[in-house]
Amino acid sequence: MGVYVPSVELIARVQAGETAAIGRLISRAESGLAEARGALARIHKLAGRAHVVGVTGVPGSGKSTLVSGLAQRLRTGGDKVGVIAIDPSSPYSGGSILGDRIRMSDLSADPGVYIRSMATHGATGGMARAALEAADILDAAGFGVIILETVGVGQDEVEIVQASHTTVVVSAPGLGDEVQAIKAGLLEIADIHVVSKCDRSDANRTLTDLKQMLTLGTGGHEPSDRAAPVIGTSAVSGEGIDELLEAIARHRDLTTDTDAGLARRQSIAEFRLRKTAENLLYDRFNAAAASASAKLAGQLMRRESDPYTLAEELLSTTLEREGDHERDVHSKSA
Amino acid sequence: MSQPIRVLLAKVGLDGHDRGVKIVARALRDAGMDVIYTGLHRTPEEVVTAAVQEDVDVLGVSLLSGVQMTVFPKIFDMLRASGADDMIVVAGGVMPDEDVVSLKKMGVSKVLLQDTPPQTIIDTLTRLVEERGAR
Repeated sequence: MGVYVPSVELIARVQAGETAAIGRLISRAESGLAEARGALARIHKLAGRAHVVGVTGVPGSGKSTLVSGLAQRLRTGGDKVGVIAIDPSSPYSGGSILGDRIRMSDLSADPGVYIRSMATHGATGGMARAALEAADILDAAGFGVIILETVGVGQDEVEIVQASHTTVVVSAPGLGDEVQAIKAGLLEIADIHVVSKCDRSDANRTLTDLKQMLTLGTGGHEPSDRAAPVIGTSAVSGEGIDELLEAIARHRDLTTDTDAGLARRQSIAEFRLRKTAENLLYDRFNAAAASASAKLAGQLMRRESDPYTLAEELLSTTLEREGDHERDVHSKSA
Repeated sequence: MSQPIRVLLAKVGLDGHDRGVKIVARALRDAGMDVIYTGLHRTPEEVVTAAVQEDVDVLGVSLLSGVQMTVFPKIFDMLRASGADDMIVVAGGVMPDEDVVSLKKMGVSKVLLQDTPPQTIIDTLTRLVEERGAR
C-alpha cells in the first residue's frame, strides 16, 4: 500500500472486497486509532446483513477444526465466510502466538474465506476488543456468514453470547462427569451444543450427559424444538457437520423477524454500547491515574489510609482531570 | 495506545524442520509481538494470502531446504498483485552467501542466518518496523 492511506479511502475498497484494504482497516480498528473512528462509523451503517455465529469451548476442544469444517461446507452453499479467530495474549510480555490458522489450512487457498487472527490484548470474557468491529468490516465487504471463534474459555467466559446471533458451544469427550453438564455458566449459553471428536469411544457418554441435562426438570419429556440441540461431530469422518449447518440455519430462521430475535439483537446492541463505553472509561482512567496512583499507593503501603478512601480519592482526582481535559478541548476548538 | 508488532512466520514447501521457527516465534512472543504461525508445508500462495488477510507488519519465511531462489520471487510477485508491497519481508534459515545478495536485491529486508541470536532478530524486526513508520 506504500504511503499512509486515510481510513475513509479504504471504505470503497472494503466494499469491493479487496483483501488488503479489509486487512488494513481491521488493523486500524484494533489499534483504536482515532483517525479510523469516522470510517468505522460508516462501516457500521453499511453492515448488518451477515449472520454472526459464535463458536466457544474449552481449550483443545476442537473449535478451530470445527470452524474449518463448517466454513468449507458453507462455501459449497455459495456464501463468503469470514472467520475471526481469537487466541490469548501473554499476561507477562503482552505478546501472543496465534495458531488457529494451522487447523484451517484446508481453507487457505479459497479467496471466499477470510481468516483473521486476533489476540485478546488484556480483554476478558474470551473475546478481543476489536472483534465486533472486524465483524462489521467483513459484513460490509459482503461476507454472508461470520464465525467468531473465542479463546479456549473456562466455565464463565460467556461474552460471546452477547456478540453472536447463534452461539455454538463445543464440548470434548472425557472432560468430566454428568455434574459438569448441569453446572452454571458456559453450557447455559448454547443455542447449539456440539460434542467434538465423536470418533472417540467415550464420546457417547458425553452426548448422553448433555442430552440428559437438557431434559432435567422437564418431567422426562423430550426437550421442546426450541431447546438447544446436541450434535456429535468428527473431523476425522466429517460426521455431524451437515447436521450442525441445518441447526444453525434453523436457529437463524427462529431468530429472524421474530420477537425472540428482536430481543436478542437489542441485547447484543446494548452489550456492545456498554462495553464500548466501558473501554473508553478504562483507557481514560488508566491514562489519568498513572501519576496519582503511585503517590496514593505509598500511603496505602504505609497504612496511613485504607483502600476504599484512597480509591475514592483516586477516582475523584482522575475524573477531575478528565473534566479539565474536556474543558481544554472545548476552549481550543472555540 | 501502541499496537504490538504483528509477524507471520511461515514454512514453505517440503521442508519439515520447524524447531528453529518455533524458537523464533516464542522469542518474538516474549518480546511482546503478536506472532501468527502457519504450520508446515505451505505454498507461497497460501503464505501471501494469509499475510495479507492478517495485515502483518513483517512476513518471515524460514527455509532450510535450499528453495529460496524459487520461493521468494513468487512471494514478491503475489504481494505486489495483492497491493501489499509495503509489507516487510525477512528470510531465515541456512542459505549460501550469493543467495543472500540476490534476495536483498529482490526486496528481502534482512536475511537472518542460522546462527543469529534471538535478541538480534527481535532488534532487527523492531528497527525495520520503526523505519517503515505508521501505515
